[in-house]
Amino acid sequence: MLKGKAHKFGDSISTDHIIPGRYAPLRSNLPELAKHVLEDADVNFVKKVKAGDFVVGGNNFGLGSSREHAPLVIKMAGVSAILAKSVARIFYRNAINLGLPVLICDTDKISDGDELEVDLTAGTVKDITNGNKLTFGKMPEVMLKILNEGGIINYVKKHGDIVV
Amino acid sequence: MGKTLAEKILSAKSGTDAKAGDIVIASVDLAFVQDTTGPLTVRQFQSSGMSKLANPERTVLFIDHAVPSPNANQSNDHMLLREFADQCGCKLSDIGEGVCHQVVQEDFTRPGDVVVGADSHTTTAGALGAFATGMGSSDVAVAMGLGKNWFRVPESFKVQVDGNFPKWVSAKDLILHLIGTIGADGATYKSLEFHGGTIKKMSMTGRFTIANMAVEAGAKAGIFAADETTKQFLKSVERGNDYKALEADADAVYEKTIKIDANKLEPTVSKPHRVDNTALAKDLKDTKIQQVVIGTCTNGRMEDLAVAVSILKGKKPAKGVRLIVGPASRRIMTAAIEKGYITSLIESGATILPPGCGPCMGLHQGALGDGEACLSTANRNFEGRMGNPKSFIYLASPATAAASALTGEITDPREVM
Repeated sequence: MLKGKAHKFGDSISTDHIIPGRYAPLRSNLPELAKHVLEDADVNFVKKVKAGDFVVGGNNFGLGSSREHAPLVIKMAGVSAILAKSVARIFYRNAINLGLPVLICDTDKISDGDELEVDLTAGTVKDITNGNKLTFGKMPEVMLKILNEGGIINYVKKHGDIVV
Repeated sequence: MGKTLAEKILSAKSGTDAKAGDIVIASVDLAFVQDTTGPLTVRQFQSSGMSKLANPERTVLFIDHAVPSPNANQSNDHMLLREFADQCGCKLSDIGEGVCHQVVQEDFTRPGDVVVGADSHTTTAGALGAFATGMGSSDVAVAMGLGKNWFRVPESFKVQVDGNFPKWVSAKDLILHLIGTIGADGATYKSLEFHGGTIKKMSMTGRFTIANMAVEAGAKAGIFAADETTKQFLKSVERGNDYKALEADADAVYEKTIKIDANKLEPTVSKPHRVDNTALAKDLKDTKIQQVVIGTCTNGRMEDLAVAVSILKGKKPAKGVRLIVGPASRRIMTAAIEKGYITSLIESGATILPPGCGPCMGLHQGALGDGEACLSTANRNFEGRMGNPKSFIYLASPATAAASALTGEITDPREVM
């Protein structure tokens, strides 16, 4: 069970909002890079976020670049899962590959600052603040396996191969 | 039941009868990274326990994004990639050789290939009839080590384009129009497959522009049949033997068909800060710009430069407009010099960049000041994309970009020609 506060963002949060290209010189210095997470969407996010919290987006979260640094800095900020109405394809796969759950649900029913409880096995999000209960769909089996191994690199290290 | 291009390629490469929705393990024919995603790939590869590259001759590390290096950190990342290439025996494409999405087409992509790159615009290779998609650093590390990865076989949208482009309208206007119509997430997870009379007649340059931007509609791939035009392109880069014909089955099943009449298209522009926020150039008069960029992996090819030269020749940009031109590869730079394009553009006041990603990556070479606006032939106009979240990026064709450079405001090329 994951518990934490919702940090709400709008539609179309791009990988340039999450970690802009101008910080490319920090990509081999991850702790420094992570200080700029979501800076162009909410300059105070990095100060507000606490371990276990959730990033809550609208439609097409994570569109744009293939930079895996985008989900990586969100994970490094302590975020336990990303919730969104829809997610861009490469970002989705990258997040799962890093062991960061991405849950597709009706985030219109969540407000900024709400306390959430996520049950990954049951596929439910409980908004403790407003009492709403949301459900999210199952991800493909292969992604679930990768997520459960803590990401694709751990998966390959353990199995030496990839199977579906 | 017939197969789409995506289904055909993924069936062949997975050894299964792949249908949309299936999850398959497919062999990867080409895996590449670039200098902002590659260092993470190298570290992930090294920590994965995989020790050897499955196919070093078909693994390429590109140093194209921050070139020549603007700072010590980037230089150290470049060193890491050069050392890894030396150790593993894979290919290295170092500074000045060009943007990965051009060099991959000149030197590596074959019709029917599965191509993965740690860069979202890897879709460009779909123009040559490959299944090409962008992935993150870890996924590409897996493909490099195992020679394969898992793929969900996408449903396909058939984009049926017929008719002739009006004068000064091109492939860029078509793809901007399509993205404006279906939205930046209109094709998420889908394969966009391009058909019709306009597509059959279209040059490789136009096909590359369209495939490059398929990802801006959220698509996993943007694929064209491999035909005589593909064959001629491969011959022109001394790879005629890599050609094989490839087309979708006539009875392939598409999730949707989108019909576009090329005759009705007009010069189109994406306004800040979304690619699907499109308008017609003629409706954006009085939009002042301080910088024009012609080039990048979207529109930095010979045909694009020829259009720019034809509009700019003997003229200068309006006062207060900086004109930046970046050919997409060394091969293109050389050809453009031989044709006299570079001299002509310099005489028209252009600053010529070395082949690379330059202004589009938002680190150096043309970063914008507060409140400035740029009209670029690149593929993305997100907030902060060109180095400054307080600036504004418009996207358009080389013709619209060149015309706008002359007037200092967004201009339909038909108004100056």
